[in-house]
Amino acid sequence: MDQPKYKHLDAILGGLLLVGMILALYMAFIGAPRERTMGDLQRIFYFHVPSGMMGLAAFAVNFFASLMYLIKKDRKWDSLALSATEVGLMFLTIVLVTGPIWAKPAWFVWWTWSPRLTSSLVLWILYLAYMLVRNYVPDPDRRAVMSAVFGIVAFVDAPIVFFSIRWWRDNHPSAMIETGDLDPLMRPAFYTCIAVFLILLVYLMRRRYFLESARLEAERLERLVDLAR
Amino acid sequence: MPGKVWVVFRKDLLIELRTKDSLNAMLFFGIVVLVVFNFALESVRDTIREAVPGVLWIAFVFSGTLGLNRMFAAEKENSCLQGLLMVPMDRGIIYLGKMLAATVFMLIAEVVIFVFSLVFFNLTVWAEIPYLVLVFVIGTLGFTTVGTLLSAIAANTRMREVLLPLILFPVVLPILVNAVEATRIILNTANYGALKLPLTILSTFTIIFGTLSYLLFDFVLED
Repeated sequence: MDQPKYKHLDAILGGLLLVGMILALYMAFIGAPRERTMGDLQRIFYFHVPSGMMGLAAFAVNFFASLMYLIKKDRKWDSLALSATEVGLMFLTIVLVTGPIWAKPAWFVWWTWSPRLTSSLVLWILYLAYMLVRNYVPDPDRRAVMSAVFGIVAFVDAPIVFFSIRWWRDNHPSAMIETGDLDPLMRPAFYTCIAVFLILLVYLMRRRYFLESARLEAERLERLVDLAR
Repeated sequence: MPGKVWVVFRKDLLIELRTKDSLNAMLFFGIVVLVVFNFALESVRDTIREAVPGVLWIAFVFSGTLGLNRMFAAEKENSCLQGLLMVPMDRGIIYLGKMLAATVFMLIAEVVIFVFSLVFFNLTVWAEIPYLVLVFVIGTLGFTTVGTLLSAIAANTRMREVLLPLILFPVVLPILVNAVEATRIILNTANYGALKLPLTILSTFTIIFGTLSYLLFDFVLED
């Protein structure tokens, strides 16, 4: 099986995370200035936006791993696709929970059906559907193929979902980051959070990947024991 | 290749015409959906015209899902799929044949459901018909291109029929959004110029997912 090849790397990543998370919390809650109109409410942005970015990154990893599985038929790509999706779903869940918490005081509603919100929700549902496909195919090889095909379809679908509902009026604050209008004083906290969330993404994906490899190995050994009996 | 696609297509069509299993269910279910919506929308009776495009497409995709579900379930009985796979031809041909058959069944169902909706919702259309046909055909193709692939995936799972709508509806959301939008433009405004955007997105989706499903179909059929 795939032994954790760089065992030290996980220890280093874990240590970095511990320090980085404390630093990120400090930067976001104390270091960054208070926003003029929204006040402290705006600070949720330091967790909401990086989570969204990491969610998308994780689904891109799933897409890549799914393609690689169909080309190479190597189980490790399937394990990677699974790990990426589970971690990505977690990040997207954070986005969907922190969003309404911010929206209620800012927009006076928990939810609006604006393109960005709708596509985030649809993305979340798409990858839950991916997990459903995985859960309902009993044979491991068939499962890997079916979920890889669905993973590719889901990832290609995501931008179409976004663009096809984009002409609806959008009141989601997004331009700030894309146009570089983010206040320079807020940037250190924002970039720190992105870096820490990226480490978290890599760390969690690695842990989940090794767990899955270990599970597959245990399954293989069980089959061997059964054969020997 | 068109000849081989025709053979697969004709096979599905013949089976359907002789048993009428799917088509009966699709028609009946589509009409039931219309009736149910009529009751569900009781409180907005005055503005029901606004809701017609959405109700129509929900009836279309619900009944279409029934048809897609049967497509591979029927092949699994008596190991018909094995026989089909043993024919020395590209798997993509099976995909194209089945996709076209599903499209035709769905279009037949749509025509009947639409006629019923004219009666139930008190609509009059004549000049709009060519535009509606265009939207129905492209929207249905978009739905069946990816639907055929996902139906084959669902047939591989333990849940079979239950799983298909769960994995299909999120994927075809762009189709639903744009088809409803296009139908709304035709039925409730006379501004046909506005059709360009939803029709472009529908066609783009159909081409992308047609190609993708054609390429991926090979993987999802059991060897």
